[in-house]
Amino acid sequence: MSGKRVTFKNLWLAILLILPQLFLVFTFFYWPAGEALYWAFTLEPPFGGEQQWVGWQNFETVFADPLYWNSVKRSLLFAFSSTALAMGIGLLLASFVDRQLAGYKVYRFIYFWPYAVAAPAVGLAFRFIFAPDAGFVSAINVWFPGLWNPALDGFDAMVLIVLANAWSMVAYNFIFFLAGLQSIPRSLVEAGAMDGAGAVRRMRDLQLPLIAPTFFFLIVINITDSFVNSFGIVDITTGGGPARATDLMVFKIYSDGFKGKDYSLAAAQSLVLMLMVCALTFIQFRFVERRVHYS
Amino acid sequence: MIERTPLLNFTTHAILIVGLVMLLLPLWIVFVASTHDFRTVNTVPMPLWPGSHMVENYVAAWTQSGFGPKMLNSLVMAIGVTTGKIAIAALSAYSIVYFRYRLRMVFFWLVFITLMLPLEVRIVPTYAVAANAFRPLQVLLDVFGMSWLLESVTGFRLVLPEWSLLNSYSGLILPLIATATGTFLYRQFFLTVPDELLEAAKMDGTGPLRFLFDILLPLSKTNMAALATIMFVYSWNQYLWPLLIVTDPAYGTAVMQLQRIVPGPLFGEPPRWHIAMAGTLIVMLPPLLVVVFMQRWFVRGLINQDK
Repeated sequence: MSGKRVTFKNLWLAILLILPQLFLVFTFFYWPAGEALYWAFTLEPPFGGEQQWVGWQNFETVFADPLYWNSVKRSLLFAFSSTALAMGIGLLLASFVDRQLAGYKVYRFIYFWPYAVAAPAVGLAFRFIFAPDAGFVSAINVWFPGLWNPALDGFDAMVLIVLANAWSMVAYNFIFFLAGLQSIPRSLVEAGAMDGAGAVRRMRDLQLPLIAPTFFFLIVINITDSFVNSFGIVDITTGGGPARATDLMVFKIYSDGFKGKDYSLAAAQSLVLMLMVCALTFIQFRFVERRVHYS
Repeated sequence: MIERTPLLNFTTHAILIVGLVMLLLPLWIVFVASTHDFRTVNTVPMPLWPGSHMVENYVAAWTQSGFGPKMLNSLVMAIGVTTGKIAIAALSAYSIVYFRYRLRMVFFWLVFITLMLPLEVRIVPTYAVAANAFRPLQVLLDVFGMSWLLESVTGFRLVLPEWSLLNSYSGLILPLIATATGTFLYRQFFLTVPDELLEAAKMDGTGPLRFLFDILLPLSKTNMAALATIMFVYSWNQYLWPLLIVTDPAYGTAVMQLQRIVPGPLFGEPPRWHIAMAGTLIVMLPPLLVVVFMQRWFVRGLINQDK
């Protein structure tokens, strides 16, 4: 960490300034994380009383449950497909806006709007647009009766929530890709053009390798955000159904812990999810950042 | 552009327009649906041009959901999170960057690690402290013997009051402030401020607090605007946390209300999509307006963050 050459020496003031942040981080982050760890290894007796230490039993229950693996599988499918879609479209739009033809500022301005829309609002909008008997997509059912019905067909429901999440994430990816592309010195791209590389070739061999750090940064952000957004979208559109086809991890933790009142199981699941997200960030810092070079 | 590429230029425009339609179409459909009556909104395929029932739908959506107090709650929450975050972020970043003490790096990492886990991912444990937010501190005091020490010296036992976050504005606001995003934005900014500024200020006999409030904070206005926009959108759009912490409708937020306006085939209730879509638009409008008006600063802050 690069520090300042000149600093103040007033120790008590320094501590006082950082104390509010430390109090909040301790109360709402470190303490709860520790408590989740404790809960995950204990069991609350159904009729009250002290928590009992049960070792790995909660985890064994969780991992032995096929419904849990179902939710992990669906979450990963959701995370990867919406990430691929949102990043692909974001990159495509950013690379074309980066050509700076007439009116590109208008696109840059409007493409960002979906970022401001809350996940459950996106969910409700998409629920209407993709409703089988009203809205926009239902027109398919006029021509091919019964082809589209996210309330009955698990695949349709997954498509619905993936599209909703991808739509809300495109804006964020677009802005970061555009910033990455615009940070590449213009002279470099022009030199490529002078050497006879066409626009597509320049994109593939010059611009894309140079924005690789942005690319990997966005993968982590997108996957993490897919866990964050998933609750709002799933809760409003499908409620985890049909037949648990969209029972994603955060939604399952919510329904097990707060609807089913089984905190021990929910804590064990939370811990696994927290470890997954931490591992993802760790991989990002440790391996990916090292292999990608700016120069 | 560098060379003449009429075909590529045509493709560029075509793709950008398709992108525009893709990103705006959902918003447009929501708007169109909110301007038709019950019968028209349920026709398949639905019309793609606004109808004439806009005012009555919005009035109905607003009064049925009681959006007045709900929007106010959302506003209190969003403004509370925004100002709280800016204050705490500026102070703690100032402490980390402009003071030299041993624990500095420890504090830095303690705050930095919180970036990894968003609130939704650790919702179960966070909810556990909601009943009494002072409990962690109390346990800490007890464990490190401070209460015992104080008791044996003064004969007074330090017991912190119970502080429940359920159904309160502090419950809606505080857990959302407890992350590191703003702290990093501010740290980044402080590191770009030239050292000579502090040297000059010190030579003039400026103390640490005066330097912060009279020199650094006015310089950070752009950062502040960016952070404010990000935090406003982030906190207005919170859904899962308010859903857990609020059981009393008096503290309900606008986004929570979305759960209640979903028209379902449950209980044989007719699908009143026109009202639901009007409600959706009401809920999504405030952050959308903030982003539209603050976009320039917003984008700058977003890009600088986390890097």
